[in-house]
Amino acid sequence: MMMDVDFAELKSGMAKYIRIGSLIGVVILVELLLATGSWVISDAAPEMRAAITPAIEDVQNTVAIGTILYTQYVYLFQAAGLILLVAMIGAIVLTMSHRKDVKRQNIIDQIYRDADKAVEMIDVKPGQGL
Amino acid sequence: MSIGLEHYLTVAAMLFVIGIFGIFLNRKNIIVILMSIELMLLAVNINMVAFSSYLGDLAGQIFTLFILTVAAAEAAIGLAILVVFYRNRGSIDVQDVNVMKG
Repeated sequence: MMMDVDFAELKSGMAKYIRIGSLIGVVILVELLLATGSWVISDAAPEMRAAITPAIEDVQNTVAIGTILYTQYVYLFQAAGLILLVAMIGAIVLTMSHRKDVKRQNIIDQIYRDADKAVEMIDVKPGQGL
Repeated sequence: MSIGLEHYLTVAAMLFVIGIFGIFLNRKNIIVILMSIELMLLAVNINMVAFSSYLGDLAGQIFTLFILTVAAAEAAIGLAILVVFYRNRGSIDVQDVNVMKG
């Protein structure tokens, strides 16, 4: 695999952390269940919240989400786009690497090359060579 | 048996705890940690959509979209850092990560 993952080594540290990990996991699960089990939503809440939301018979869900997203939350929508742009640029900047050991074509040099640069006249004495 | 709010909340709580387990049990591989963070974000998303549907308030679903956006950005940056780290070190062991501090 590309990332050279060794599964035996991956599992080796698990025994060391399984105790503290399961302790924290159980604690958080109990907290979540307590919060879920004991939380009562008041009867007035749905009516209050539904006041700004059109009924499902009037408007489809997609239309309603689009309407709210592009009016009430339009600045947050723009901010989300900005976050994605920054993430994209950051990822490109982080992963871009310019390899020095690769020969690249230089088109400008090729275009401005002429006979003076390409050919060198040498007066060779007979029997001696260069 | 009709599926109510509690069932969705239970599934989300279980997914969240699985994500926490993934972070705590896996101290070797950064990719697994990224996946666990993603799992926790998606568990929160399930909570948001469940409450949004239950309360009839669309704001939860809107914020789910924003959470997805942040999750995508986080995954992109995390994987980019991972690629650079692998180029430098030749491995993605979490134990070596403290060499990144400036």
